[in-house]
Amino acid sequence: MRKLLTFLLLSFVFGLQAQDYFPKDDGVHDVNTNYTALTHATIYVSPSQVITDATLLIQKGKVVAAGTSVNIPANSVVVDLKGKFIYPSFIDLYTDFGIDKPKAQGGFGRSVQYDSKKDGFYWNEHIKPETEGYQSFKYDDKKAKELREAGFGTVLTHLQDGVARGTGALVTLNDADNNNTRILQADAAQFFGFSRSVTSQQSYPSSQMGMTSLIRQFTYDANWYQNNKHDKKDLSIEAYLKNKNLPQIFDAGDKLKVLNVAKLSKELGISYVVKSNGNEFERIDEIVKSGLSLIVPVNFPEAYDVSDPLMASIVSLEDLRFWNQAPTNPAVLAKNGIKFTLTASDLKSTKNFLENVRKAVEYGLDKTIALEALTTRPASILGKSNELGTLKNGALANFIITSGDIFDGKTILYENWVQGQRNTINDLNFIDIRGAYELTVDGTNYKLKITGESFKPKAEVTQDSTKLATKFDYDNGWLNLLFNPSGLKETAYIRLYGKVSQSDNFTGKGQLENGNEIVWSAKQTEPNKEKENDDRKTKKTEVVAVSFPNVPYGFTEKQKAQTVLFKNATVWTNESEGILKNTDVLVKDGKIVKVGANLSDPTAKIVDATGKHLTSGIIDEHSHIGLSSVNEGGSNSSAEVQMEDVINSEDVNLYRNLAGGVTISQLLHGSANPIGGRSAIIKLKWGEAPEDLVFKAAPKFIKFALGENVKQSNWGIANPTRFPQSRMGVEQVYVDYFTRAQEYEAKWKTYNKLSAKEKQRTPSPRYDMEMQTLVEILNGERFITCHSYVQSEINMMMKVGDQFGFKVNTFTHILEGYKVADKMATHGAGGSTFSDWWSYKYEVKDAIPYNGALMRQAGVVVAFNSDDAEMSRRLNQEAGKAVKYGDVSEEEAWKFVTLNPAKLLHIDNRVGSVKVGKDADLVLWTDNPLSVYAKVEKNMIDGTFYFELDKQDDILKNISAERNKLINLSIEAKNKGLKTQAPKKKEKELLHCDSLDYEFLTQTESK
Amino acid sequence: MKKIFYSTLFAFGLFGYQAEAQPSDPPAKTQTETISITGATAHIGNGTVIPNATIVFENGKITQIGANVAPTGKVIDAKGKHVYPGFISANSTLGLVEIDAVRATDDEAEIGLITPNVRSMIAYNAESRVVESMRPNGVLIAQVAPRGGLITGTSSIMQLDAWNWEDAAYKKDDAIHANWPALFRRTRFGFGGGGGSEPNKEYDNQVAKLKEFLTQAKAYNAGKPEVENLLFKATKGLFEGTQSLFVNADYEKQIVDAIQLTKELGIAKVVIIGGRESYKIADLLKANNVAVLVSRPHALPASEEEDVYMPYKLAGILVHQGLLVGIENSGQMERMNTRNLPFYAGTFAAYGLEKEEAVKLITLNNAKILGIDQTLGTLEVGKDATLFVSEGDALDMRTNKISHGFIQGRDISLNSYQKDLYLRYKEKYESQKK
Repeated sequence: MRKLLTFLLLSFVFGLQAQDYFPKDDGVHDVNTNYTALTHATIYVSPSQVITDATLLIQKGKVVAAGTSVNIPANSVVVDLKGKFIYPSFIDLYTDFGIDKPKAQGGFGRSVQYDSKKDGFYWNEHIKPETEGYQSFKYDDKKAKELREAGFGTVLTHLQDGVARGTGALVTLNDADNNNTRILQADAAQFFGFSRSVTSQQSYPSSQMGMTSLIRQFTYDANWYQNNKHDKKDLSIEAYLKNKNLPQIFDAGDKLKVLNVAKLSKELGISYVVKSNGNEFERIDEIVKSGLSLIVPVNFPEAYDVSDPLMASIVSLEDLRFWNQAPTNPAVLAKNGIKFTLTASDLKSTKNFLENVRKAVEYGLDKTIALEALTTRPASILGKSNELGTLKNGALANFIITSGDIFDGKTILYENWVQGQRNTINDLNFIDIRGAYELTVDGTNYKLKITGESFKPKAEVTQDSTKLATKFDYDNGWLNLLFNPSGLKETAYIRLYGKVSQSDNFTGKGQLENGNEIVWSAKQTEPNKEKENDDRKTKKTEVVAVSFPNVPYGFTEKQKAQTVLFKNATVWTNESEGILKNTDVLVKDGKIVKVGANLSDPTAKIVDATGKHLTSGIIDEHSHIGLSSVNEGGSNSSAEVQMEDVINSEDVNLYRNLAGGVTISQLLHGSANPIGGRSAIIKLKWGEAPEDLVFKAAPKFIKFALGENVKQSNWGIANPTRFPQSRMGVEQVYVDYFTRAQEYEAKWKTYNKLSAKEKQRTPSPRYDMEMQTLVEILNGERFITCHSYVQSEINMMMKVGDQFGFKVNTFTHILEGYKVADKMATHGAGGSTFSDWWSYKYEVKDAIPYNGALMRQAGVVVAFNSDDAEMSRRLNQEAGKAVKYGDVSEEEAWKFVTLNPAKLLHIDNRVGSVKVGKDADLVLWTDNPLSVYAKVEKNMIDGTFYFELDKQDDILKNISAERNKLINLSIEAKNKGLKTQAPKKKEKELLHCDSLDYEFLTQTESK
Repeated sequence: MKKIFYSTLFAFGLFGYQAEAQPSDPPAKTQTETISITGATAHIGNGTVIPNATIVFENGKITQIGANVAPTGKVIDAKGKHVYPGFISANSTLGLVEIDAVRATDDEAEIGLITPNVRSMIAYNAESRVVESMRPNGVLIAQVAPRGGLITGTSSIMQLDAWNWEDAAYKKDDAIHANWPALFRRTRFGFGGGGGSEPNKEYDNQVAKLKEFLTQAKAYNAGKPEVENLLFKATKGLFEGTQSLFVNADYEKQIVDAIQLTKELGIAKVVIIGGRESYKIADLLKANNVAVLVSRPHALPASEEEDVYMPYKLAGILVHQGLLVGIENSGQMERMNTRNLPFYAGTFAAYGLEKEEAVKLITLNNAKILGIDQTLGTLEVGKDATLFVSEGDALDMRTNKISHGFIQGRDISLNSYQKDLYLRYKEKYESQKK
């Protein structure tokens, strides 16, 4: 009923025209140039400019004036908004409003598609900048209403699919008009994201780092395309170039991916506006440094239902914490001066948007900044500051009318006007009738109590303190009340109705149970005391502290380097001095400054190491901890991908490895393809951000892989289509790639020799990240760690190296290294192997635990590595096995996990031994470090303690106290009536060499 | 072309498998001569140590042990060395799979949810190269159990130096193995390694299924059935007290449910495998005489917030709570890792357990749990001479260097295919240097 009325009102009073030149055959021309004056309101012309008792004058969908002395023309419809507030309506930059989600293609059972099937476009189907959001835009009334009820007037909408997603359209939520009016800008921004297109089966990119590098390569290709004349067309690149100057919006996701986009932004010189996922507060310092503008969701998680203790125990502390802390995210961003807008994206229901924004305000978000984030900030990103997000002269008449401060939980949204079109959300003249009344019906007195939500109140009628069966309805000012007075049979009702015009008393007519017409009256005896429900939903509770990283075992404060003197230790120097007894080691400014007897330094913290063993930290040459992704298996070479793009600084395995004495790990790409990705060599500085974990002194590395994994032997693929499928093919992959790399380098050399003038006339060669990496290998600027097992392939790889003039730096796994150790020594290759793994696949049937000892005997630099988050925390025990198998001396065995991997990584000038001048990466052990009984007492990196055994009890106590606190807060939330979610157990996949991000590449699990 | 490719691979795989089946040395002959090991530190296996001990054994049995025993027969001077009872692996799959990734070599699981009738023993490959690699580390006895399903099958206990499974069988069909229904089901891992698990909605149904089967089996075995049912028949020993039920269960709820069900059905001998949360219900376990086989400590904590060393500490905690505790070794690469059993015990010793108690985990305790402690598990007179001599502490990889091994008095070979390869290439490189 109300809807119909609103509709009629709208079309009659405000009906705007379609374009002037459109024919009209259904009536006469109907142009409305009347004004509407909204008077006596508090108007937020902008977040910082508020005028009271002011008038907003609009005409033809636009603001004519807003002020306290606005001249109201005679042909104005005046709406008195005394006591009401007017805000510019909100703008959402991240929606797919009116654009259907694309349908996923295919699935299991198909063979993997390696090449693009699209003709005339870029070589990768996940790059589709030619997509224009408006082409598939269909105005969605239902969704528009939802968005308007959340306060939005304008949204930017795009097809949320793919890595380069094309453009989005800027549209208003204007039901009354058509797209000619609604679409403010067809191509308003260009979008990118870290997600494959669901419409494509093309295998590459199959990982986070693949997508990151694909964006790099695409951008380089576009620049190259632009700067050179081409005979051939690339419609994707042309579309991208056309839209290059629009706002470039990047759907990143998690905070670490936001930092990734920051890196891309710097490298590519593009200032992306980044859509995040709401956990930026956990890495706020780095987000600040990035200087990016963000689009931030307010999808705060619901509390966990922890009423069943057995089930409650499975909810991780990390999840409990995030539930508790997430509402602080916008406030933390604001306090740190980050420019951001808010989006309703990622919410389960748009209805929760305003409630959650209010919650964010309750949790400390400044109201002015909140309003900016909803209005002027998005407008400014779109370059539409004069038209949107403001109510100044000339702006679109997009505004909302409220009962008060928009961020107050009690405030009611009455109307949302879009382009001058009025949309009612709640009746402006609504009367809240909640309270207690004396009800008089035909001379009999009853008590009437109206409670509940103001727009959906409930009623209770009592007679002489007996509760009567009651039915009640209050809508659009009309009240209907039925009740069954005591003493009458159950079906006998007194039926009352009436129109309410004031809340303190009202009257009406009705019928008694016998049909007699009567009049009734209700007189208020007690006014409403209830608050709106919303209030308790947004109420702030205690927030637990954020740690670095924000997971269990994170530090509440970042650790600092200290001056430390280890006294009286047994020091395993790994130098010619050997193992020194009763020796002191002094650490200052992150370096080892003295090693000797009876050292002293009054400024140093003394660590009594009597009876204990001090060593340099363990270096794991082959690890996949601290990564969010391992394999780019979408093609047989992925030399362009970088593990540094997927470092996960929040992985608790970093801490667990510290507890096992590890200080440095090489985070390798997996073994899904012959040419893998570029390594990240990190120091396990728990608490630091990804970029700060990277050990900058380490040279460049890349992972290669041979054998069963790269030929997909155990992938369960029925009809393999990827080359190579045999060891013969593996060789050819390398020969092919390196041949092309040589040609590539030659092309560039020729070009670089040209004079500036000639260069202008000559097209430049294409910059190819993959080839660039291989050229680095050819030039000895990048080293290879090559996953390998059997002797034939090891030998082959070295011959390829010989053919192209490079050395294979390290063979990893290398379980048959002992069979060709002499050849390895001649070639100069090192071996980083497992101590005793074997028999898990066919190619390790000849693996022996004496491998390390034999390779060493033949003159190979030998290391033991983990490739496993569990084993890496006891590599000291693995080194001990070299003593058992093959009688390696203890001193030499210890080097297998310290100095030797340092040599293999070419960082032995900095780490790997206890020597004056080297980095203070030191581990204090309770016993001989090779012993099964040895425990890590302290683990120090660059002079900073990152693990201390004697602090573990306290840490565990704190973890359990915090957990208990959060469980109690969750129960409290449930008791308050807030929505809860079922307990969920988080299981993090442990990444190995053969872990894949997407399962489509294999049809069964592989080991 | 593809077909040819695959059949070639297949043939290659088969060829490989046959190649596995050649052990380095034949099994040892029956003991004919009395042997005395002298001067050794004897780790009895029951928590005690006899320094400078002499151990005498004949006809496969220990006849004397002590500090003041006069050696007879062939003397092995073990001065400064250590003697241990042969280490016992519980819940292993030794001999059932040769190479994990080669399906043709995999005999560890059968289809079907309830298969108590399948017996590990008859698939046991006595000449497995993986099996022979146990002996140089002191692992001489193993319970071999099937995997997969709710009731996985019947295990047997094997000695690890034999011509064939029949000779290897030390205790046939000792136990039935079960996987208690899971509390959580893993949801598919999505992009970026995310994922999780959700409560298993079928839990109650699956427990009911298990209960129904065992109830029917009990009734069947109590009477004279018209028609033979191999499934029911296979569980007879459970109700007669001659077989144990080994139940894989980690969570408190699972363990409590398992104990309640087995009690109800009168299954007397119950062992929990895994038992990660058993420390929470130690009294219940004790009251019902339920032992726990803890998983290998070389594992990650169960959750991010759990004590980083919890997997290393569990055995110590349970032992100090007064439970009967042993070690089992199921999991990834479990067969090849079975030889690391001593180091698992050593790791427990580093984190809260006394060293000889740690030795006990893989000697007397595992023997008790497997029901073979009458003849194995300690260096005591009357028991089998299944023991070995190590240069040093056998729980520490630095010093676990076995010079002699005996199974029932038989002087077993400590060679292996792996050692052969070692010597072959060692010699190659040594000769190159000359």
